[in-house]
Amino acid sequence: MAEQILSKANSPVSRPPLARMIGIGKRFGPVTVLNNVSFEIRSGEVHVLAGENGAGKSTLIKILAGIHTEYEGAIEIEGRPARARSPLEASELGVAVIYQELSLIGPMSVADNIFLGRMPSRAGFVQDGEQQRQAAEWVQQLGLEIDVREAVESFPIAVQQLIEIAKALSQKAKIIVMDEPTSALNTPEVEALFTLIHSLKKRGCGIVYISHKMQEIERIADHVTVLRDGQWIGSAPASEMPPAKLIQWMVGRELGEQFPRRAPHPGAERLRLENVSVYPGGFSERPAVENITFAVRAGEIVGLGGLQGSGASELLLGLFGAYGRRARGRAWVDNSEVRVASPRQAIRAGTALLTNDRKATGLVLPMSIIANATLAGLAALSPGGWRRPAREREEAEKTTAPMRLRAASLDLEVGALSGGNQQKVALAKWLQTEPRVLLLDEPTRGIDIAAKREIYQLMDEWTARGIAIILITSEMPELLTLSDRIIVLHRGRATAEFARADATPEKILAAAMGQETSGASHA
Amino acid sequence: MNSSSPSTRRGARPFIGSPAGRALLALILVLIVGAIFNADGAFFKVGTHRDALRQASVYGILACGMTLVIISGGIDLAVGSVLALVAVCAATMSIHWGWPGWAVVPLCLAVGAGTGAVSGAITARWSVQPFISTLAMMAFARGLAKYASGGMKVSTAVQNPDGSYRYVPVPALFHAVDHRILGGNVSVVSAIFLVCVVVAWLALARHRWGRYLYAIGGNEEASRLSGVPVVAAKIWAYVASGAFAAVAGICQAAQEQQGDPEAGAGYELIAIAMVVIGGTSLMGGRGGIGLTLLGALTIGYLDKILSINAVPEAGRLMLTGVIIVAAVLTQRRRRS
Repeated sequence: MAEQILSKANSPVSRPPLARMIGIGKRFGPVTVLNNVSFEIRSGEVHVLAGENGAGKSTLIKILAGIHTEYEGAIEIEGRPARARSPLEASELGVAVIYQELSLIGPMSVADNIFLGRMPSRAGFVQDGEQQRQAAEWVQQLGLEIDVREAVESFPIAVQQLIEIAKALSQKAKIIVMDEPTSALNTPEVEALFTLIHSLKKRGCGIVYISHKMQEIERIADHVTVLRDGQWIGSAPASEMPPAKLIQWMVGRELGEQFPRRAPHPGAERLRLENVSVYPGGFSERPAVENITFAVRAGEIVGLGGLQGSGASELLLGLFGAYGRRARGRAWVDNSEVRVASPRQAIRAGTALLTNDRKATGLVLPMSIIANATLAGLAALSPGGWRRPAREREEAEKTTAPMRLRAASLDLEVGALSGGNQQKVALAKWLQTEPRVLLLDEPTRGIDIAAKREIYQLMDEWTARGIAIILITSEMPELLTLSDRIIVLHRGRATAEFARADATPEKILAAAMGQETSGASHA
Repeated sequence: MNSSSPSTRRGARPFIGSPAGRALLALILVLIVGAIFNADGAFFKVGTHRDALRQASVYGILACGMTLVIISGGIDLAVGSVLALVAVCAATMSIHWGWPGWAVVPLCLAVGAGTGAVSGAITARWSVQPFISTLAMMAFARGLAKYASGGMKVSTAVQNPDGSYRYVPVPALFHAVDHRILGGNVSVVSAIFLVCVVVAWLALARHRWGRYLYAIGGNEEASRLSGVPVVAAKIWAYVASGAFAAVAGICQAAQEQQGDPEAGAGYELIAIAMVVIGGTSLMGGRGGIGLTLLGALTIGYLDKILSINAVPEAGRLMLTGVIIVAAVLTQRRRRS
């Protein structure tokens, strides 16, 4: 905490802040994603921007970085009004953003990356030697001992991140935004990053730091601002923000109308997982989830809680065989062990996975509703290989009927439907295979309230039929009202498990941010 | 015979705005041009139409296989070379070795399907871009054709051990294929082309595998996560394309009465043009064999009309290029 006091002493209150965002508002079509948000970045300060998924943090950063150029409100940089109309203009104003997905060009050299778009040149020819000399200087300032002539992709993520910071510094950036910079780093790398952040503070830079990790926030924040549902909730020095208060600010919303989930009558154990670890990038890399053990009973909805990077989606994909054999552990469906190395085998084992991005991984948009709704079960519907169009139509009618699908004809292309109706087609596809275990990853993302309620209703009906559901949702009220049990993941590990009656938004969020609570049980 | 997309009913949008409507419009425009520039009535003779269809048939057979591959999101550049390889094989087996047609045809189909299996496996199993894997097969099959033929045309002039030549009779298989039926009004190769269209249509519109090809071309990852056997379905598409190329190779050998290892060069591009002019998307997931039939007729008639009007080849090629661009621009889907 000594550094905090020091840094505050270093930032004279009289000078204008490095950047001031005043009354920022932003809407995408009819949806307001930011409303009257104000934010200040001071020299020598780490300002943590906190909020749940979808709170508007990224949008705010993208406005500062000149990516979103249409917005309400005003931005001042060092006291002067500024309105960046492109990322280039923003970087000329001294704003640099280090995104989770690094924006370096892998096959190009470190030096080329640092000076991309502004290489020292003479008569149009790049002065390679000069560029390398300068690049080496910037890299050395960060304590990196690397050859700047080598391709960026040959270095580990942690080094690439530092290269990105070197690039920011070389652009004379005063405001450095870091969006979850530690999500891909291991502990010593995180320590190195924090040391670097301290030295950046001493140079007078202002750091905006986005994180979902309570521990990190406690350690490096000088100031904290909380957003929730696009609203500015509050801003306070870190010393006045104990974790409990931070979580309260992040959550503090009315749970709204409770969804009438009927009292569950869980049956026998449907799905059992033991020590499941999933390695999407191969066994040599950090697993997305590690040693997950839990069971789901027939008719039960188990919610997986967690913030970005929790590994919940990867757990479901791994269970479903989407990563082939890059998963470890054992799984049982109805007490018989299943070995799944492909989605095909997973479907045969009685599981179904609704992915979290219906357009990218859920539906075949140029195909008709019928073709999509029967895709997963087509083998059974076409014995001998020859299709039975009439039977497919019948089957599609049967599975979409309870969904109250709003489409003029089942022959319409799915790409022409609204988000809610697309989601219903994706659900129909999986219900058509008559699964025993349904894995739902963000089943209500991006659809309207009416369609959401219909999907809640359907989930209730499916569990009444004995289907076991694992639910991922980033919407806290949904998680709390639909789940019979909630397991919270933080960076690939289960940190807590709650029965429906014991779960509160505060407890879930605390566990999602890495606090092991007393309620945690590791059966 | 028309399937712009699996079971999307044409009634969903006005016919003229649909890919099939636009492909038909292009064909009608070409026919109107033919009626105006009729070369002193030559365009109205039955023989002209029979020849237009016959000349388009070999390309059209290649386009049938190409349609399957393109709908799955791929491309097959090897078909022209495979045609040559099979033409050499067919000529060697039936002329030099005197094998009967019932043995030659299945063996030739196996050769074509085999090349397709190799490029399909390289594409689907080892995730090599189809442009690359089939480009490699294009070179390899051409080399194999030259190796098998010793770099010479395999014709009815057979060399004796003493170095002199003797002529053997044209085999029955070649006679049967290079022949006209229905009172001399339809060439056998045209009938074979139409049979190929029907086979490809059955596969695309009526078989589970065809639906899988549309799904893979439309969204490969979603298909995989829906349990579609993506690798196998893709390999089979290239196998089919190789087999269709083999049929085209037999037809080519029969018409030329020889197996020319240089045959078929550039045919893959005409086959692709037929598919694309029909309105099948090169991005995959959209299109149909009915569209390819229209595209094949459009290109076939265009070529015939230009040739009866004695337009030199240079002009024909340039005009064909212009027509392809024009057709694709009108087929382009408006982005919403």
